[in-house]
Amino acid sequence: MHVLKQISAVTLLNIKSVPMRLGASSVVVIGIAGVVGVLVSILAMVAGFTQMMTSTGRPDRAIVIGTGTSFEVLSNLSREATRTVLDAPGIKRGADGKPVASVEALAIVRGVLKDGSPANLPLRGAGPEAFVLRPELRILEGRTFEPAVRELIVGRSAQRQFRGLDVGSTITLRGSDWSVVGVFESNGDQHEAELITGAETLQSAFRRSAFQSVAVQLDSEDSFAGFSSSLTADPSLSVDVMREPDYYQQQSRSFTRVLSMVAYLVGGIMALGAVLGALNSMYTAVSGRAVEIATLRVLGFGTTPVVVSVFAEALLLAVLGGVLGACLAWLLFDGHVMSTSGAGATQLGVPLAVAPRIIALGVLWACVIGMIGASFPAVRAARAPLAAALRGH
Amino acid sequence: MKFFHLVWAGLWRNRARTVFTLLSIAVAFLLFGLLQGVNAWFGSLAGGSHADRLIVVSRVSQIEPMPIAHLRRIEQVPGVRRATHVGAFFGTYQSRGNDVSVLATDPGALFDIYPDWQVSPDQLRAMTGTRTGALVGELLMKAYGWKVGDRVPLRTSLVKQDGSTDWHFEIVGTFSVTGSAAQANRIIVNYDYFDEARQFDKGRVFAFIVSIDDPTRSAQMCATIDALFANSSDETLTQNEAEYAQAQIRQLGDVSAMVNAIVGAVLFTLLFLTGNTMGQSVRERIPELAVLKAIGYPDTMVTALVLVESLLLCLLAAALGLAIAAALFPVTEALGVGGGALPWDVIGFGIAIAAALALASGVPPAWRVRRLTIVDALAGR
Repeated sequence: MHVLKQISAVTLLNIKSVPMRLGASSVVVIGIAGVVGVLVSILAMVAGFTQMMTSTGRPDRAIVIGTGTSFEVLSNLSREATRTVLDAPGIKRGADGKPVASVEALAIVRGVLKDGSPANLPLRGAGPEAFVLRPELRILEGRTFEPAVRELIVGRSAQRQFRGLDVGSTITLRGSDWSVVGVFESNGDQHEAELITGAETLQSAFRRSAFQSVAVQLDSEDSFAGFSSSLTADPSLSVDVMREPDYYQQQSRSFTRVLSMVAYLVGGIMALGAVLGALNSMYTAVSGRAVEIATLRVLGFGTTPVVVSVFAEALLLAVLGGVLGACLAWLLFDGHVMSTSGAGATQLGVPLAVAPRIIALGVLWACVIGMIGASFPAVRAARAPLAAALRGH
Repeated sequence: MKFFHLVWAGLWRNRARTVFTLLSIAVAFLLFGLLQGVNAWFGSLAGGSHADRLIVVSRVSQIEPMPIAHLRRIEQVPGVRRATHVGAFFGTYQSRGNDVSVLATDPGALFDIYPDWQVSPDQLRAMTGTRTGALVGELLMKAYGWKVGDRVPLRTSLVKQDGSTDWHFEIVGTFSVTGSAAQANRIIVNYDYFDEARQFDKGRVFAFIVSIDDPTRSAQMCATIDALFANSSDETLTQNEAEYAQAQIRQLGDVSAMVNAIVGAVLFTLLFLTGNTMGQSVRERIPELAVLKAIGYPDTMVTALVLVESLLLCLLAAALGLAIAAALFPVTEALGVGGGALPWDVIGFGIAIAAALALASGVPPAWRVRRLTIVDALAGR
């Protein structure tokens, strides 16, 4: 009890004197705020990107693409191959006996972003069952496209990022005019960055004979193994079969990995700098209070309260800095839509998510930095020879 | 120079503080060097490109194929020295991750258009004689341990006439790229064989590369070529090589904005830290500096001593940080966002920033010392 009382007394005294050392204390706060701000911002990008990718697709749906590439847009499937895929076991069938699946063609067209710079825009040609297959696809405005007419619908994210994609406008692709007849949303997933039209319409307009993918609804999640093995065992086919979430996560993996590495590398180097800054400030704080600390010890205060008080001060400043940095990142970036090129030539509008988990991680980093910064000065404060310290040497 | 000892002693008056400050500035410049190096690397991707070469891609998108018949019409444009067509695809050698970029083209024309791509005339001739031949960049030869005469299998996404997607090419020679060795990471194959063997998109290519006589007319030439195909279903977009490369980089997102934001945050923090340290170190020494003034050092001299000390601290630290950055920079190649040596202009820029930092953090305390009245300072008022 006695020790606890001493600790609280010394700590209080210490913290009350912080405003008198404003310069040195703010070095700790601002240094740590910088580290946490940068770390939280980059991790928010990673989180936003991962969120978008994991919300695309469902585990009871599968995507089939031609072998030799991991990108749908580079895949080639002949019409015969797509028919074989649709005959495979494990695909759910509708009331009319038709497979719930969409044979799709994917082209990339050049769009103009709102800031005037060109960027890639995927144009998906979907099969007639596409809306049954993807119930998350909902028309927000206008109507859906008619078959065999050059009409298309626009994803919400694509409409926000690109110029001239409002309902009623006309865009020219390959020498012919296409009407934008509707806007759709799709759970905020990757498809919202796309334009969608009929597969056959796209094929004729782009003079394509190959398709790029087949998306299918499985009977259940467990039917995947049977579906997949029947296709890969077929010698007339060379295709890769993946569950949708696996496919989209694989698309984002290398990007998020590099980004996370950048976050921890840059954050780590900055943290090293902040530790040095904190060490500096805490040494200054301790040496400025050398006489005071020595007096306390002469009066009978133990070394533990002195050490604890130094740590408490550093921790307080560190948490302050961490919260400040996280708040700055949150104010600047939460909900901010970052326009970035995604895998397979899409322009994604990724909403950044400064989640509580990321903020907690940032504050944790701040505490660790503060603790290391306090350690050596605390020991020095406790060990200083009393007589010399009292004389102010 | 005779005052160097005095400045040096002042710098190390509080050893621990100087070491920490020095190291934290060094860390900041380490970060500065690495980030700006990456930034410069992105910028340099556009370098080595020439205004006398034009790239023609489809206006629909840069991966949309165009009819090869365009080539005849492009060649007839006055001012075109030589042009060729390029089909491009990716192959995988043996296992996933071993991605190889393949250009299917007319090798004779390609090497004529790219004079810095070096191939021996014998091997170029061998290419004409071997339909399934391939010229492989030296980097790739080394990476996969290939030899001339090897038959290499590539898994691709391109379906052949027989339904298979595995392609085989015989290595008949190698090429190197002077100036930019990293470019020698691809395979060049005969377009004629490639087009005959594939099942889809026959007769369509992904780009035309055009060498023109007069680089100063590149803008007009681009417009002339695009006008040839305007309002057709295969409109083109022609850019000179530098513009094309810059457009590619822009698509990666705004790397430099992000780098500048981080570097800005780091430098701001740093300015705060060194400014504080310098101020403190001067404050502690006010009686000493007053003694210097009392024994006849002019104001300017004392002010200069403080400034030089700040300059010395920042420059030493920056040099240390940039040296570590230069040593570590090759690591960024593994992340795929850098490579080569840290450019000298980044180092120069860093030193300049260090000097600015020294002045910004040294001027306020130096000014304070200048205005010091000896009597008050000695009395500790």
